Order: sequence, then C-alpha cells, then structure tokens
Amino acid sequence: MKTLLVAEYRDGKLLGSTNELIAFAEKTGGESAMFLVGTESAMPAFAGKLYLAEAAEHGEYNPSVHRDLLLQVVEREQPDVVVFSHSSYGWDLAPRLAYAMGAAQISEVIDIVDSMPVVPVCNAKLRRNVKVNTDKAVYTLQAGAFSPDQEPSGTPEIEKIRTDIDGKIIFEGYEAAESGGVDLGKSDIIVSAGRGIGKPENVEMIAALAKALKGEYGASRPVVDAEWVEHNRQVGTTGQTVSPKLYVACGISGAIQHLAGMKKSDFVVAINTDKDAPIGEVADVLVVADLKQFVPALTEKVNSL
Amino acid sequence: MKILVCIKQVPDMESKFKVNSEGNWYDSGDLAWRMNEYDEYAVEQAVQLKEQEGDTDVTVLCIGPARVKETMKKALAMGCDRGVHVDDEDSAGRDPLEIAAVIAEYARGKSFDLIFTGMQSQDRASGQVGVLVAEMLDFACVTTVVDFSFENGELQVKRELEGGVKARVKASLPALVTCQLGLNTPRYPTLPNIMKAKKKELLSTPVADLLKVEGRQETASMYFPEKKGGGLVLEGDVADLADQLIKILKDKTGVLA
Repeated sequence: MKTLLVAEYRDGKLLGSTNELIAFAEKTGGESAMFLVGTESAMPAFAGKLYLAEAAEHGEYNPSVHRDLLLQVVEREQPDVVVFSHSSYGWDLAPRLAYAMGAAQISEVIDIVDSMPVVPVCNAKLRRNVKVNTDKAVYTLQAGAFSPDQEPSGTPEIEKIRTDIDGKIIFEGYEAAESGGVDLGKSDIIVSAGRGIGKPENVEMIAALAKALKGEYGASRPVVDAEWVEHNRQVGTTGQTVSPKLYVACGISGAIQHLAGMKKSDFVVAINTDKDAPIGEVADVLVVADLKQFVPALTEKVNSL
Repeated sequence: MKILVCIKQVPDMESKFKVNSEGNWYDSGDLAWRMNEYDEYAVEQAVQLKEQEGDTDVTVLCIGPARVKETMKKALAMGCDRGVHVDDEDSAGRDPLEIAAVIAEYARGKSFDLIFTGMQSQDRASGQVGVLVAEMLDFACVTTVVDFSFENGELQVKRELEGGVKARVKASLPALVTCQLGLNTPRYPTLPNIMKAKKKELLSTPVADLLKVEGRQETASMYFPEKKGGGLVLEGDVADLADQLIKILKDKTGVLA
C-alpha cells in the first residue's frame, strides 16, 4: 500500500505526531512519501521523498491553499491512502482533500484489521471495521494509536512545491494556552474530577483527596467547560498530558481525548458507578462505587494513616 | 441574515448499547435520544447571533426518522425559527458524504449567510460533515471553534488546537463554522418558549428528494472492544473498599508507603 503522510508544523516546529504517521506506514508496509507545509530547518527523521511547501509563503493554517498543494502531490505520487493525524489540523484539512479527490475519508483510525480501518464509535464504547468503496482513501489516525518501535531515522529527499491560489480565511496568529497556576505534569499523584461529580461543590472533595495523597487535582473537559475547575487543571488532548505515578479518575467515563492525556500514568484507579465505562480499559483498579460516598471515606482513612 | 443550523439526534452516551442483528450498527431500540452535545453549542451560537443582529431567520435542519422531530423541537424552543426535517429511516447507515450532500442540496440556492454545525457527532464522530457541506457549497469554513464574534460583516473566531493553544481566524460570509464544546453556554428552553415552539413551522421532506450521491464507505462490522482484562474490579461496602484500595496502593505503588 502506497501512503502519503501529511506531517504537521506549528509555530516554527515540526509536531511529534509525525512519528506516528511513519509508524503507520511501517505497519502497513509499502512505499511512502511525505507532505509538509513547514520549513527546511525543521525536518522530520524520514528516509524518503518529502514535498515541502514553505509555511512563510502558504501559511501554517490555510486549508484551501494546503488542499491545493496536497492535490499536486497526490497527482504526482498516486498514493493509495493519504494519512493525517486526527488533530485540529488533520480533521480540518482531510475532508477537503478527500472531497477534491473523490475519496472516502475514514476518521480516527486506531488499527488496521483484515486490511480494513478500525474506528471507535459512541465514545469508544463500540468499534467498527470500515469497508472503503473508493480506489483511494484518506485516513486520520487517532493520537497514540500507532507508535514507532524505535525512533525513526533518516534524511528526507526534499522537493519544494508551491501554489499561487488564495485562501478563503485569514489566519491571524496563535493565542498561548492560559498559563500560571498548576503544572500537573510535575505532580506524581493526580486526582481528577469528571462529570460524575455532579455539581461544582463536589470539586472540594476531589481536592481534599488530592491533598491527603499529597498530590494535585485535575479535571476532565466537561468539568472545565462547565467552569467548575479552571482550564489549567484540564487533563486530555486540549489540556495537559500527564504521566504520574498514580492517577485517580473520579466520575470520569473515559472519553478518548481524556485517555490520551493520562493513559501513560504508572497506576490508574478509576472510581465510577458504571462498570462498563471506557475508563475501565486503562484502569489498574476500578472501584465500582458512588464517588460522593467513597471519596470522603477514602480521604478520611488516608488522613488517619 | 439567513442562518442554517444542522443538528443530529444521538443516543445518550451512557446508554447500554447493543449491536443490531445485521452486526453493522448499534441497535436503535431501548435508547434514550437527545441532541448531539456539540450541536447544542451550534444552536446556541445561531440564536445568540440572531439576538445580536435582529432581522435574522434561523432554520434548523435534522436528518433521520420521525423521532428526530422531538430533538428539533428543543432547537425551536431554544430560539430557531423554523425546522426542516429530512425524513430518512436509514440515516444511521449513511456515510458523511451522503449526509453532507443532503444538507448541501437543501441549502443550495437558499442564500444562507452562515451555517453552524457541531464539530462532530457523539456516535459516529467522523468530524467530516460540516467541512464537506462547506466544500460542496464553496463556503469559507472554520472548524473546532471555541470563540465566536461577528462584527462589520466579518467573522472573528478562535479555533481550539492541541494543548490549549488557540488560533485566531477571520473569515467573510458566506461561511460555515463547526462548534466545539465550551463555545458558549447552551440555554435551557423555558416553558413559554417550549409552548411557542409548538407553533413554529416544522416541515418534513423525504430524503430521496435531496440525496443525489452514493456513499463511499460502509460499516463492515460493529462490535465491542475486547476487554483488556488485568484491571481489578472492586465492589461492595464503601469502608471496605477504601481499606482494600489503600492496601493496593501501598503494595503496588510508592504512594502511602
């Protein structure tokens, strides 16, 4: 299978997800080429052909321009599958390319089984194998689903490409993440609150358990969106990625975006009333209990040790 | 101003799912249905824009069997002016291209200035439909929007990127925006507005009138992921559970040692 890998670049840097694209190409075998809107001073470790469009000229985010550049490369390389990361860049650009190519797009691929892409459904509660009915296809890969066995190496053979078309939007710049406060990445113990805490007053009991365990408290996205906890404590793809010694997930169902932010933790305890919640997939211990009773009981016992 | 909001009815994600007898989707029986969470933000943003601009008509569109009209009524009670129900018993099996083509076919020639969609659905989660609609209609399109303003005929939005970084983006009309969670605070329909919504136009159109493309993919099989196993499941009395967990933490982690 011939693949065209769409690498990502942001704010002067190549993104690490590029290695996951390379891992995918290695897993599926066959030839691969790469596409990047970036700059020559930030090249991936990739031993193959790389089509490079200058970000300074074409914009780091300019979907219709990037689509046009990609179409040029698709025309030249005739890949079977064009591969993106399932990221804010990938899920924005992939459908535009797929539409222009007349190809099926399969979003958030986590595996390939019997040559069919496998994707999650209903918050990862279910999975499905997808039959593609077009000659060419476009895939976006779930973050972390494909990891290289070893650090990729090599130097790409660069060919510069460009286009004169104008974009339909104007990208004006980045706004940094809210900073200050807490760096959860530095904490060995994190106790996180999910939607299951029920009401904002219950953040207190999560914070109390975190304190008893001498750690920090975090939260999943719904809790932050509801403004029960500030954004700098959010764990997940749009918050912080953490790998503490102990992660305690309280009332967190385990959306993919949350799991991506904490699944590298050494030891995971989940407290949930739903035995089948996806968080159970990554938990070393699943405590099936109402957290409003269990968390205070646990805190009290830990404090009296 | 003319606005279109596209919504989807999805099962409550806390439901006990079953795979259907064909083995290619979840069984639609015994499920509680609700508005796709992302679409609630789309409806709210459309209604807020109507309140800001005045003299604006907001159409809400939903594809699916008759039951989706219940979800549409919520959108009407939140403030949309009229509903277009695309009647389709087989909507669950349609791929993103077909769904987008139906919406684009409806919208074409109706001079919508702005289209709002959720950034993805909670069940299929392809994240493709909004972008495809924009491509089909040749609209500007910004995805994953967490901040929205409209001034002097121009959109000024923020896209959410990874790690909490945002991208500031400007676009002119006509445009399509896909809404991310947290964009606004979707309102609860009030009782008077629920009553008013009952009098609003809600017309059904057969999908055959709007579907003119063929899908490009299908679900070969749907199934539950294998349980990894290994994880210990503790159940029982709360005090006992706490003691058990403390022992495990002492034995298996450096915590509490």
